Amino acid sequence: MTNSFNEMARAKMLMVIGSNMTEAHPVAATFVKNAVLKGAELIVVDPRRHKLAEMAALHVPIRVGSDIAFLNALMHVIIAEGWQDKRFVDSCTVDFDKLAATVMRYTPEYAADICGVPADMIRDTARRISSVQPMMLCYTLGITEHTCGTHNVMSIANLQMLLGNMGVECGGVNPLRGQNNVQGACDMGALPNVFPGYQKVTEAAAREKFQRAWGVDGLPEANGLMIPRMMEGLVDGKIRGFYIFGENLANTEPDIRKVEHELASAEFLVVQDIFLNETTRFGHVVLPAAAWSENDGTFTNSERRVNRVRTAGPPPGDARPNWWIFQQIAKRFGQEWASNSAREIWDNEVSVLAPQLCGIKYHRLEGDGLQWPCPDENHPGTCILHRDGQFTCGLGIFNPAEWTPPAEVPDDQYPLVLSTGRRLTHYHTRTQTGRCEGLNDLLGEETADISMPDARALGIADGETIRVSSRRGTVTVKARVTGEVPAGMVWMAFHFREANANWLTNAAFDNITMTAEYKACAVRIDKLTEKALG
Amino acid sequence: MAVTLTINGHAVAFRPGQTILAAAEAVGISIPTLCHLKGATPTGACRICVVEVAGARTLLPACSTPATAGMQVQTESPRVVEARRLVLELLLSSGHHNCSVPRDRDADWTDFQLTVQAEDGTDRLCPVWGDCRLQELAFRYQVDGSRFPATATIYPTEMANPLIVRDFSRCILCGRCVQACNEVQVNRAISHGYRGAHSKIVAAGDRPLADSECVFCGECVQACPVGALVEKKARYQWRPWLSEKIRTTCPYCGVGCQQWLHVQDGRIVKVTGVEEAEPNQGRLCVKGRFGYDFIYSEERLKNPLIREEDGFREASWDEALDLVANKFKQIIAESGADALAGVSCARSINEDSYNMQKLFRAVFKTNNIDHCART
Repeated sequence: MTNSFNEMARAKMLMVIGSNMTEAHPVAATFVKNAVLKGAELIVVDPRRHKLAEMAALHVPIRVGSDIAFLNALMHVIIAEGWQDKRFVDSCTVDFDKLAATVMRYTPEYAADICGVPADMIRDTARRISSVQPMMLCYTLGITEHTCGTHNVMSIANLQMLLGNMGVECGGVNPLRGQNNVQGACDMGALPNVFPGYQKVTEAAAREKFQRAWGVDGLPEANGLMIPRMMEGLVDGKIRGFYIFGENLANTEPDIRKVEHELASAEFLVVQDIFLNETTRFGHVVLPAAAWSENDGTFTNSERRVNRVRTAGPPPGDARPNWWIFQQIAKRFGQEWASNSAREIWDNEVSVLAPQLCGIKYHRLEGDGLQWPCPDENHPGTCILHRDGQFTCGLGIFNPAEWTPPAEVPDDQYPLVLSTGRRLTHYHTRTQTGRCEGLNDLLGEETADISMPDARALGIADGETIRVSSRRGTVTVKARVTGEVPAGMVWMAFHFREANANWLTNAAFDNITMTAEYKACAVRIDKLTEKALG
Repeated sequence: MAVTLTINGHAVAFRPGQTILAAAEAVGISIPTLCHLKGATPTGACRICVVEVAGARTLLPACSTPATAGMQVQTESPRVVEARRLVLELLLSSGHHNCSVPRDRDADWTDFQLTVQAEDGTDRLCPVWGDCRLQELAFRYQVDGSRFPATATIYPTEMANPLIVRDFSRCILCGRCVQACNEVQVNRAISHGYRGAHSKIVAAGDRPLADSECVFCGECVQACPVGALVEKKARYQWRPWLSEKIRTTCPYCGVGCQQWLHVQDGRIVKVTGVEEAEPNQGRLCVKGRFGYDFIYSEERLKNPLIREEDGFREASWDEALDLVANKFKQIIAESGADALAGVSCARSINEDSYNMQKLFRAVFKTNNIDHCART
């Protein structure tokens, strides 16, 4: 996030796109709702009329995967009406002409056909978001989990730069991160192209810096593989040894049948986790790890805030901290790593090597933590990025994008769109929440959420067991007939192994980030005959 | 010149719009409150915060009376103390609030507690004994509930959901839970229902929480100043004098809420939000508040496991790590380091991810390290 959570409660205009905040980020949603109670205007752009839409002045139910057409049409209207922030565009950005040329074709009428909403609703949205400055824009995986995810994000950045909403309080581009420490794992360089602090592995100076710090030579020069390519490598033998730490890939990746084939092909698979799960079934070695609250450390949240995690009690049996396990493997390769606690790792290595984190030391994290960039120990941290229109690369560059449809769209055989996400009570594959007293009682099984018109057309009653099929698989699941879901859509989560949406999802990826298109694939639903019910 | 009012003889500066309570708190003068919930609209419902204002006909609630220039306020005058004692006596006589001061002052404390527990229909001490605002105030003002006839409780305790116990016999109708639900979390699940002696905090249609709009964030439990709303999992387990509070960060979504872990004998028995902390301002959701006990599951992995023909067998760390290192060395020797790949964890601490990428880069010499960064 370029901005911070507390600004949501003070914002005057908010647009939430592709984000079911009340369920996926419930506490963040409370701040948005507080703002609305104080008079702020909220616009929710989402195919589903989810809970937050009830609080919105306007809910724009665009079709799944039509985000770029919608955003480009907003910018078309804004430029046509001259509502852009001309001062910001002139002084802080480049390539406005390229943007204007691209969005020229995206008239509200043209976009209306793609998005499935009236052209006047697009004009109305453009007028509303241009009439109050700044507008705070929040998004989540509804934007990124598409084959055009990168272009979706660029289009959002284009809109916020056009409106001059960057670098100001209660503005910005604010992706809410799904996992507690997904920001941190990126910051730490658990990515195939960067060292800690986003220093590129392809740059000789960065490699030299880390070679000196780590006392090694020959750090690899080429970018590594992203997860989907690693998994494919298991099948063709390019990847022979695979090490999975704390991810239940067998349930979370699209197209479970394909994923399990890949995992089963692994010559040597090491899985490090706190429970046996669907992924450990394929492991050759399973290493027992300490869990949250069983060792000290730090998490970094969506607003780049580094906060402490503390020990409440010891791990069970012989389970050990994850950092210790990695250190012990290094030792068997003849490397003695000096840092012997999370605090030593952070204070003596991470915050020395990552320029954004140099000012963050454990002794400064006793209270509310610190938001990076925090370049030195006297720095108070940074709540808002790109202050005064200063971007990392100097001027903000407009990167216009063309709309492209999802990789798989409905047809006669599979006439509905399946979109997926998370529900409030559970988290991901339930390895944790499924083992908490009470939570399974609140939500004990998966449902396929379908619209009333589709239910009526197929004669399906609420709670009836139905079959949902895609080109990749079939699940039987209870139907939940709801007004949240528009006609033509099925919505499911991936919390339960039975009826997990990922039996159906499509392993099509964004070319740049290799993010899978969890939000769109084609499915059909069938009523189960008496016979099939057996 | 700042505008000032006088509180207990001291000139106190205030900002226009501030209440007497806020002005007093800003300079460290404590005025007791019960129904007041910071950040929510003041209701002035409980009358505990009344103060004496020169020239005013009645005592005024500090939580909802704006400070004005030159106002002369007394926060602990005899009249104020008398009024607070009366309010407390009335509250203590309505329902089960017989914990504070023995009504028969000559009686043995143990006997007294046994009597109290018998009245409550439970053999255990009130679940919030020692962490109850009403008890604290009863002690401070040395009052009990014996002056007025006890009011019978007309609503049974609601146990019909897995997480929150609603004990109406201990509810003082302060309305903090209603504000927490409607103004803080804005879930709009509960409100004031019925009138007069039948007053009750209700979910829509006076249904059990499990059948209502309630999302079990537990903000109401955290706001409850008495024992009317308690966490079912912590009830009769958690005792404030036995527990230690440890601050940490929630392990679920990317908001990073700050939590207090209430730990007894090295075990988490309850979780609450850290008030006034960034980013969550004391708020938590159902997972953050109630999703902690997975760590105590019997199914936790406790030993390294190595695959055999027919399943896993337990192994020592040395055996397991030697196996991993030797196999990886063999693969590197035969196929090069890029034949290895690793996926790190977006749920675990930074230091774990740092060490894992260091292992892949500095030791194995491959950049094949990733995590679920984009999903």
